[in-house]
Amino acid sequence: MSEGGAVTGSVTEFRQSLSDLDTPTTVVPPDELGATLADVIEAPAVGAELPFDDLSLADAPVTLDPSPSQLRAAATGVTGSRMGIASLGTVAVESRADGDEFVGLYPSRHVVVIRASDIRTDLSEAFDWLRAEFAAGRRSFVLATGPSSTGDMGALVQGVHGPEEVHIVIIRDNE
Amino acid sequence: MSDSQRTDADRIRTLLALEGDEIKANTRLFNADRYDAVKAVGEDVHERNRTRAREIKEDAIERLPELIHRTRNAVEENGGTVYVADDAADANRYIAEVAEAEAAETVVKSKSMTTEEIDLNEALEEGGLEIWETDLGEFVIQVAEEAPSHIVGPSLHKSREEITELFEREFDPDESLDSAQKLTAFAREFLGDRIDNAEVGITGANFVMAESGSIALVTNEGNARKCASIPDTHVAVAGIEKIIPSVAELEPFAELISRSATGQEIPQYLSLLTPPVDTPTIDFNRADEPGSGAGDEERDFHLVLIDNGRRAMRQDDDLRETLYCIRCGACANSCANFQSVGGHAFGGETYTGGIATGWEAGIEGNDVAEEFNDLCTGCSRCVNACPVKIDIPWINTVVRDRINRGKDPGFDDLLVDGLVPDEEESGTPLRKRFFGNFETVAKLGSATAPLSNAVASTGIARKAMESVLGIDARRDLPAFERTTLRDWAGERKSRVADPDRRVALYPDVYTNYVQTERGKAAVRVLEALGCEVVVPDVGGSGRAPLSQGMIATAEAKAADAASALLPYVEEGYDVVVVEPSDLAMFRREYEKLLPAETQAQLDEGSYEVLEYVYGLLENGADADAVPAGDGDGVAYHSHCQQRTLGLETYTETVLDRVGYDVLTSDVECCGMAGSFGYKSEYYDLSMDVGETLAEQFEPEVDDRTVVASGTSCMEQLDALLLPGTRHPVELLDPAGR
Ligand code: SF4
Repeated sequence: MSEGGAVTGSVTEFRQSLSDLDTPTTVVPPDELGATLADVIEAPAVGAELPFDDLSLADAPVTLDPSPSQLRAAATGVTGSRMGIASLGTVAVESRADGDEFVGLYPSRHVVVIRASDIRTDLSEAFDWLRAEFAAGRRSFVLATGPSSTGDMGALVQGVHGPEEVHIVIIRDNE
Repeated sequence: MSDSQRTDADRIRTLLALEGDEIKANTRLFNADRYDAVKAVGEDVHERNRTRAREIKEDAIERLPELIHRTRNAVEENGGTVYVADDAADANRYIAEVAEAEAAETVVKSKSMTTEEIDLNEALEEGGLEIWETDLGEFVIQVAEEAPSHIVGPSLHKSREEITELFEREFDPDESLDSAQKLTAFAREFLGDRIDNAEVGITGANFVMAESGSIALVTNEGNARKCASIPDTHVAVAGIEKIIPSVAELEPFAELISRSATGQEIPQYLSLLTPPVDTPTIDFNRADEPGSGAGDEERDFHLVLIDNGRRAMRQDDDLRETLYCIRCGACANSCANFQSVGGHAFGGETYTGGIATGWEAGIEGNDVAEEFNDLCTGCSRCVNACPVKIDIPWINTVVRDRINRGKDPGFDDLLVDGLVPDEEESGTPLRKRFFGNFETVAKLGSATAPLSNAVASTGIARKAMESVLGIDARRDLPAFERTTLRDWAGERKSRVADPDRRVALYPDVYTNYVQTERGKAAVRVLEALGCEVVVPDVGGSGRAPLSQGMIATAEAKAADAASALLPYVEEGYDVVVVEPSDLAMFRREYEKLLPAETQAQLDEGSYEVLEYVYGLLENGADADAVPAGDGDGVAYHSHCQQRTLGLETYTETVLDRVGYDVLTSDVECCGMAGSFGYKSEYYDLSMDVGETLAEQFEPEVDDRTVVASGTSCMEQLDALLLPGTRHPVELLDPAGR
C-alpha cells in the first residue's frame, strides 16, 4: 500500500501512456522478474540494486557496482523506481549511492523496474509523494519520461545524452 | 528614410531571407503544439495552474531577501556553497576561482540563459579553460560562434543542411553527417568524451527551492543530468528570481513549463536535485575499478545566484513582473513578428521575444532594449500564452516611453508643433508623436477632405512623409471622410420609438473620420434590433499614443474618454465599440491608466459591436431584422486584441446564426498592426507577416466575402488581397439588403 492511502494509478493507463511514448512495458509477477530481465536486457548490462526489500538484481544478468569502462560498454542499464505516473508514463529515478543516475544515463537502453502499487494517477499525486519523500530526507529524483530526445538537429532524434530506448518492467502486486 | 531606418530595414530583410523559413516553421510548430497541449489538459485546469503560478511568483519576489537567506542556509546545511553575485563580473570571477581551485582544464555546460547573460564562456576561456556547451542546440551555436535566436531553441534558425555543412567544415568527420541521426550521434560522442573528462559541470537552474536547497532542471536530452553528476564539481548558476519557497510550489510550474514552451505535457527529464547528490563520483582514470572507479572524491556544489540588475527591477513597479518569467519562450512563439524574424532581430544581448524588452532593459539598459522594442506592436497575443500572466505588452510600452524621453531635442521649435498637442515631455521623437497624435491629423484631414487626401497622395507629399516621418511610400494612406460619423448621426432622427436598449456607440478615430461606413452600418444594425443609438462627443481612447509609448498622453486621453462615456453608462446606456483595439483599451490597458473604479465601470458597461449583437439576439431580438446570409461564404479574420479577450466567437456565432458559412483565420496576426506597418523599416516584415493570412485566404476570395474586425487588419488585408475587406457588421446592415 502506498503512503497516505493514495489512490493507486492504473497499470493499464500507465502502459497506454508509455506506449504513446513508444516505450515497451512488461507486466510480471515478482517471481518472474529474473527471467523477464534476462529477456529484455541486451548484454552487456549494468545495474543499480533495486530499492525494494523483496526484489533484487543479484541473480539477474547485470553487473552491479560497475566500473567506468563497464558503464561505457554496457548496452543496458537496470534501475528501480519507487514512483510512476500513470497519466504521463513517467518514472522517478533516485540519485542514490548505488549510482542509479549513471546506470540510467550511459547505456543506450534503460530498463526500469517498478511495482504496480507504486504507480500514481497523475502529476498532482506524484507531487504528494515527492513532498513526503522530501520531508523524509530523500530529495534528489529525476522524473524521466520516455527516452532522451532532441529536435535540435533538424528532426526529432531519440537518444542524445541519455538512453535511446526505455523498457519498463511492472511488478504485479502479490495477491 | 533616415539612415538608421535604412539599416534596420536592410537587417530585417537579410534576416527574413536567411533565417525566416526555419524560424517560421519551428516557432509555429511550438505554438500550435502549445494550443493542442492546453486543450488536452483542459483550459480550466491550465488557467488554474497559471493563476497559482502567478501567485507563487508574486509572493516569492515579494519575499525575495528572506528566500535568498533560507536558500543559503539550506544549501550550506547540505554541504554546498551559495554565492550571491552582484553583477556579471562578480559572478564570472567567482566561477573562475572555483574552476581554478579544482585545477580544472575542461568545463562542460548545460544550456543556461543566465550564463549567456553574464558571458561566462568568454570569461572562462580568457582564463585558459576549455568550455563545451552540451545542449545540442547550444553546441551548434557555439561551433557557429553565433548568439542564440530563441530562449528555448537557441539554434532553431538553422536548418539541418546548414548544421551538416557547419559540422563537416569544423570537425572534418570521416563520414558525411548528412542526417539528423548522424549529427546527433556525432555530437553525443564528441560531447560525451568531454563530459567524462571535465572537472567542472555548470548548469542553470529552472527553479531553486529555498526550504531544501534543491534545484529543478528541465531538459529533454539528459545533458543537464550528466553535467550535474559526472564532474565532481557542480556549479549551478541562476538569477535570484528563480527561487520559490519549496518543492510544494514547484507543482504548477512542472505542469506549465513544457506545455508552454514546446507543447509537451512534461519534459523528458524533470530533475529535482539537492546537491551534493548521493550519486557516487566517477573516476575515469581508474576505468576498471568497480563502483564507478571507486571514486573517493568529494562532491562539491556551488550555487551562484545572480543579481545583475534584478534587485533594482524588483523595486521597479513596471519592470517587476519580468522577474516572474520562467523562460518558456511562449511569448516569442505566439508573436507574429517573432515568427518572421526570430530573435536575431527581436532580441537583445541575451533574451529574445516579447519579454526580452523587460529583461534587457533591466539587465543591460534601455539602449539595448531600444534596438528591438519597436517590434512589439502591443497586439497582446502573448498575454494569454504566458504561463505566469505577465503583461508583456505593458512592459514594452513602459520601456518605449522611457526610451522616448530625451530622444529628439529641439523638436519643440518645429512648425508641426500644432499637430502634436500631447502631454509628452520635449524629446519624444517627432515620428512617434505624429502617430501618437493621429487623432489630430484625422480631424484636420477630415475637415479639409477631399483636398487633404489628394494632397497626401501626391508624390511630393509622400516623399516628405517618408523622409520626415518615415512613413513608407508604398503604403496606402487612410482616406479621410468629410462628413464624420458623428456629424452623420447628429443629423439623424432616432428610428426607434420604444427602444429595448439604449446604446452609446463609441466613435473611435477611424470609425469617425475614415471608416465611417462601418459606423453607419453599426448604427443601422443596432436600430434594427431595437436599440436607440446615440454617437456621443468623445475623443480617442489613447490607443495611438499608447502604441508609441506616450503614456502621459494616453492617460490624459483615457481620462477624457472615460469622463465623456461614463455619464451615459450611469444613465443606463450600453457603450458599444466597433474597433477592437479601443475596446481592449477599456478592458485591459485602462487598468493601468485610470483609477480602478472608473476602469471597472467602463469595462462593465462596454461591448464589442458583434458581442453586443450576439447579446441582443440571445435576449430575444429578431434575427430576421437583419439580412440573411443564405449560406454565403465568409472568410473572417478576427483581431489580435479581440482574440486575446476571447471575443471572436461572438462574431462567428452571429454570422453563423444569420446563415453564413464562416471560415475563421487561425494565424496569429495579419501584419504589423496599425502605425507599425506604415514605418519604412518594417515594411518588408509587415508584408511577410501578412503573407501567412493572405495565403490562407487567397484560395477563398472567389467564394467568400473577406471580413475583418480591426482597422489595421482591414488595411493590411486590402493591401494583400483583392477585392477589399469589410467589417462583419456591414454584412448585417439592413441598408445593404
Ligand atoms: S514572459 Fe511568460 S511567455 Fe515569455 S518566456 Fe517568460 S514565462 Fe514564457
